[in-house]
Amino acid sequence: MVNLIIDGKTITANKGAMVLEVARAAGIDIPTLCAHESVSRSGACRLCVVEVKRGNRTKIVTSCLYPVEEGIAVETKNERVLNVRRLVLELLLARNPESEVIADLAKKLGVTPQPRFTLDKDKGKCILCRSCVRVCEEVVGVSAIGLSCRGSDKTVGPPYSEKSDVCIGCGACAFICPTGHIEMETTEDKRIIWGRTFKMKSCDVCGRYFAPVDQLKYISKITGVPLKELAICTDCR
Amino acid sequence: MKKISAIDDLKKAGEKGLKSLFPDGVKIVVGMATSGIAAGADKVYAALNEEIKKRKLSYILAKTGSMGMDFIEPLVDVIEKDKPRLSYGKMTPAKVPQLIDQIIKGNIDNIKPIYRIDEEDVIITNEQYQYLKGKVPEYLKDVPKISELPFYKKQVKIVTRNCGIIDPENIEEYIARGGYFALQKALRTMTSDAIVEDVIRSGLRGRGGGGFPAGKKWQSCRSAQGDIKYVICNGDEGDPGAYMDRSVMEGDPHSVIEGMIIGAYAIGAQEGYIYVRNEYPLAVANLAQAIEEARSHGLLGKNIFDTNFNFDIKISKGAGAFVCGESTALMASLEGKAGEPRAKYIHTVEHGLWDRPSNLNNVETWVNVPVIITRGGKWFSAIGVPHSTGTKVFSLVGKINNIGLVEVPMGIPLKDIVYDIGGGIPSGKQFKAVQTGGPSGGAIPAAMINLPVDFDSLWEAGSMMGSGGMIVMDENTCMVDLARYFIEFLVSESCGKCTPCREGVRRMNDILHDICAGKGRQGDVEILESMAKGIKDGSLCALGGSAPNPVLSTIKYFRQEYDAHIQKKCCPAGVCRALIRYEISAKKCTGCGVCAKKCPTECISGEKKKAHKINQKKCIKCGVCLESCKFDAITVK
Repeated sequence: MVNLIIDGKTITANKGAMVLEVARAAGIDIPTLCAHESVSRSGACRLCVVEVKRGNRTKIVTSCLYPVEEGIAVETKNERVLNVRRLVLELLLARNPESEVIADLAKKLGVTPQPRFTLDKDKGKCILCRSCVRVCEEVVGVSAIGLSCRGSDKTVGPPYSEKSDVCIGCGACAFICPTGHIEMETTEDKRIIWGRTFKMKSCDVCGRYFAPVDQLKYISKITGVPLKELAICTDCR
Repeated sequence: MKKISAIDDLKKAGEKGLKSLFPDGVKIVVGMATSGIAAGADKVYAALNEEIKKRKLSYILAKTGSMGMDFIEPLVDVIEKDKPRLSYGKMTPAKVPQLIDQIIKGNIDNIKPIYRIDEEDVIITNEQYQYLKGKVPEYLKDVPKISELPFYKKQVKIVTRNCGIIDPENIEEYIARGGYFALQKALRTMTSDAIVEDVIRSGLRGRGGGGFPAGKKWQSCRSAQGDIKYVICNGDEGDPGAYMDRSVMEGDPHSVIEGMIIGAYAIGAQEGYIYVRNEYPLAVANLAQAIEEARSHGLLGKNIFDTNFNFDIKISKGAGAFVCGESTALMASLEGKAGEPRAKYIHTVEHGLWDRPSNLNNVETWVNVPVIITRGGKWFSAIGVPHSTGTKVFSLVGKINNIGLVEVPMGIPLKDIVYDIGGGIPSGKQFKAVQTGGPSGGAIPAAMINLPVDFDSLWEAGSMMGSGGMIVMDENTCMVDLARYFIEFLVSESCGKCTPCREGVRRMNDILHDICAGKGRQGDVEILESMAKGIKDGSLCALGGSAPNPVLSTIKYFRQEYDAHIQKKCCPAGVCRALIRYEISAKKCTGCGVCAKKCPTECISGEKKKAHKINQKKCIKCGVCLESCKFDAITVK
């Protein structure tokens, strides 16, 4: 066990736990965009920054990736921390003016748009948090999408923006996206995502369309469960 | 190839190397580093080769790296038995026949050597090697000795000890100058702990920019858990205007290799990687050749120096991303992933390349190691100043007379570099500032010319040592434009992973562009300062963390220039096109018409022999008229 102080409270935490989880368990709110329990951490959005003091030295770290340490004092809401969060939100408000999630978060934290920044028109709602890329690689295991280019031109999508052969149409990327940038359209027997149209499978029992055929085939392949057994929706199993 | 496995083998190889360095006949050596080739050294080399063949002379023609004197390249050295080594600067193929005539006749009537080398202090062996035996020949008395050259006088060559002297492709010449003796000493007479302790004692700090104590890093990596460990050499030099590491990798590749082997032995690593950018083809080629040669001599591979220590090195070529100079991005790139950094809360000395303990040092750091082992950490720590020991190589570029690579003891006053070594500012212009640390550093104003150049003093001045770029600026440099230039560079080099760097730096760039274009607004400087703070604190890696430095330092020291751009809509240095106008002085204009002929938009008109005028509406402010006028009649306002 490790003893530390967060916002003046003395807390005992498990060794190896991240400051973010420990703080939240203690009822301290830290905003995040790119941290999701299903995927590894990347520390990309920088919204969860906190100030860590060890001895006489202080530094700003991302709480989602910083493991608790004996004797550190963490501040989650001091001026230096809030200045970084304010900047991050101002920058995202300018990058993704159509994102309701960013607008709501900014409002909640009292951040208003910086009038000196010209609003982007070509970035959609994507904040490049890479949750979609990580879920596709780490949870689904197909790596159908990735990041290309660099800097603010970085974009997420299948290689060369072509239709992906390995995408199974599961939609995990769309589900995990914190801002709703990834478009997925499902209508009865069809699902359209990343420019590809997937055929949906109807449940052998109730007849409801419940999953893309490619996804069921993939699950069968990696688990060894015969495709037939997967032809029934979760409600009817 | 006979393997080198004992000190006697080294001595024998060294003797051969000495014969090659001090031959019986005539030897002509051409500086063929990239800086030499860019100046035309390859053509000079070809002309020499042809002339020697044509005259059926038994001269030896060889290549070497760079002496650092880029302002007089191509450099050709002539070595004759028992005579001083003579260096001829600014050589051309046309001068080659004359040079050969001179050698045959034994005079210097037509082409004067820039300097002569009578003897050479070899820093690693602490010996003096003599070129000259006996008295200086009468006809060479007026040629200055290299040690008398202002460019050379205050330099101390530890890192660049062999550059411009040895043939980088000849391992025996490297050994002749004390090479691989440090390795022999380390492997056969020292424990790993003793090596680490000596490096700690030396006070050597990482030369890549961070300045972290190298010995402490080694110690952490040595004590980290894991059977497989790596040593890595960071040769991904990417700062605009910086080429120290390139020059060393090209001119003395064995020194990099030797340093890495010693480090690997001390840390307990079996494999090493040199990450070098592919835009350095000569460095890649020379390193590859040196690794091959070291391997064939048994200095890399299994049972080095008949011990049970095994180690080998692979080269990994980078694709030119600035961010890959950051250690975690470099390691990601080595693993075949996109070159993006990760948080370093868990240190790379514990979990680095492929999650294993990895010790990464910059080229220059590694090259210091053999000297520290041979001469001792205590000896090394006496060079420089207490918290910045040893020397630092700088690439001295920009508005300076003597452009080149210089190696100076830490703590030397900036003034000595600019005026003594650099020879001051060209065309009698005023010295304005120096940018150290490249895009991550800051501008140091002329008023701070006495600043000692060491890690801590530069840091306190709002700049940083960085890897060693030193860009000198004169009165015609606009500091807002300078900040804009570096920020623009960083916008294109940001990997895009974290929000503050990816989005913040480009927004700073937008504001700086506006200021330079006369569209700056009241309060812009304050917005820049506030953003800079957030970007420095909030960025994931040092690229973003240091990106605002050029802006902050120029605001700190040259605030009045920002105010002039924003409030008065004028650029005091006469650089920002939107804010300047070219005018012709009616008094000075002779009506020669040269400017009118050169003007690309034909916006200058006037009668012959009468004062001309510029049509401001058509003028694109290219400055061609200013450059072409011989009567100083054109001014920038």
